[in-house]
Amino acid sequence: MKGLARALALFALLGSAVVFGVGFGSVPLSPGEVLTALWQGLSAQPLDQNAVIVWQVRLPRVALGLLVGAGLSVCGAAFQGVFRNPLADPYLLGAASGAALGATLAIVLEWARALIPAGAMAGALGAVALVLALGRQGRSFPPTRLILAGVVVGSVTSAASSALILRGEDRARLVLAYVLGDLGLSSWRDVLTVLPYVAVGCGGLLLLARALDTLQLGDLTARSLGVPVERLRLLVVLLASLATAGAVAYAGIIGFVGLVVPHMVRMAFGGPHRRLMSLSAVVGAALLVYADLLARITPLTQVGIVTTLLGGPFFLWLLRREES
Amino acid sequence: MSALPTHAGALEARGLEVRAGTSLALRGVSARFESGRLSAVIGPNGAGKSTLLRALLGLSRPASGEVRLLGRPLEGYRRAEHSRALAYLAQGESLPGNARVRDVVALGRGAGEWRWGLIPSRPWDGEDEAAVQGALERTDTARFAQRRLNELSGGEAQRVALARALAAQPRFLLLDEPTNHLDLAYSLGLLSLLRAQAAQGLGVVAVLHDLNLAAQADWLLLLCGGEALVSGPPEEVLTPEHLHAAYGVEVRVLRSEGRLVVLPQAPPTPM
Repeated sequence: MKGLARALALFALLGSAVVFGVGFGSVPLSPGEVLTALWQGLSAQPLDQNAVIVWQVRLPRVALGLLVGAGLSVCGAAFQGVFRNPLADPYLLGAASGAALGATLAIVLEWARALIPAGAMAGALGAVALVLALGRQGRSFPPTRLILAGVVVGSVTSAASSALILRGEDRARLVLAYVLGDLGLSSWRDVLTVLPYVAVGCGGLLLLARALDTLQLGDLTARSLGVPVERLRLLVVLLASLATAGAVAYAGIIGFVGLVVPHMVRMAFGGPHRRLMSLSAVVGAALLVYADLLARITPLTQVGIVTTLLGGPFFLWLLRREES
Repeated sequence: MSALPTHAGALEARGLEVRAGTSLALRGVSARFESGRLSAVIGPNGAGKSTLLRALLGLSRPASGEVRLLGRPLEGYRRAEHSRALAYLAQGESLPGNARVRDVVALGRGAGEWRWGLIPSRPWDGEDEAAVQGALERTDTARFAQRRLNELSGGEAQRVALARALAAQPRFLLLDEPTNHLDLAYSLGLLSLLRAQAAQGLGVVAVLHDLNLAAQADWLLLLCGGEALVSGPPEEVLTPEHLHAAYGVEVRVLRSEGRLVVLPQAPPTPM
């Protein structure tokens, strides 16, 4: 009964996010109109004007929001688990600053617009690879070394980005728009490009859920239970970085989702990693669409600004509640 | 299980040398830990007690010497077999605070059952359920199986950690200072729990700091400077000469109601 109520609540959260996210815009659509339009597309009927707006303009944006929100939240939960650190988020090992550098390079050098995500993705994966290389100690990847390497790579890449922005001043606004995180210009093609990264990354992480549970007992205990801790750590970092790179390539650097959502889920539902990660996917997807809605309604303009502005204080509130 | 004869098997260290950086943490330690017996490893800080435990578990590779489990070299076992046979309770085992007791104990059932070491290789079944329930009952934790770890006292949490280790139904249980941070009642309770498990055939090897607790074990190994100083029943190991050699402290060993009591004399100079 409790499980059913929870499932219904989550479904309502996700469903309402989609309906409101699709309904809001220069041509406002009521929930009923949204559902009618969605049904027309799903049942392959000819689309009326509303349905065209919904399917060609609004739904890709909402779909990308769902995908990115789910991906970042699952990766955050996995990073918090694998580093046994509640402050970990998907950007811990330099994925965000690497992506920013890649995107900045692409923008300042005036590459074709379509190449900006490629630059961002290459930057994200390159930065994580560099962090792994710097943090490696023989055949193992000690968490503290990885985190420190992440800090170093993060600040060096940020400095490089800043230098590039100053040289290409007139492009600074475009760079800023990317760095702040935005879902504004999404198309179905973007959604379909991000999908495999997020699906493979998060799917792989879900398979590792029980090993992550075991890791919470400590490295030595996990090893005594037969878990190859180093292999697990490397694999989690690779899978999470893949999903994160896919997400930031098209949505920019949306902050705080990957940090806060797993904490919310942990406080509300608790439980092992399989549940934590799958519920984080649902909650993160819905919340990012709502955050994007707020960005469109309010003068905050970009989803990344909303998540950071609200996510920070909210995280503080969560921590204080956890203490009491 | 209760009728296991004492020669049913042993966990043995043979001339174990373990390197720690450039020096040796263990310098050729040989010892035999029998099934069905509560053995304690004692010795001063830095004697190599934890190192020995980890080597026995196969968690560190010895520079020379070998570990034998039930008469066969540990390296000859499949990883799955060996992690089921040897359970480990680390010092101050970290337990996820918001997890439920039963879920944590169930993690012990995962021992060795991994595909590529990472994905559970078989579904959860009734045997697992029974083993978890058994471990909860044997450690007297069944009544708070649905509570969260951070709602428990230190002593209760330690019993949950013990249940987690027992859930794998191991042949040997190795514990690193399991009574650390436990009050007198919990320490004694834990020790009698371990004794009860040993009586049912489990081989228990515990690193203990408290010599008066160790005096209640069946068999003792006194380590000092990475070497086995002496081993045997408590009466043979806990002598003023041995303890002075190991700890550099004058002690008197008294016998009270059939038990040994180690009474340190005030050290001549403050530390």
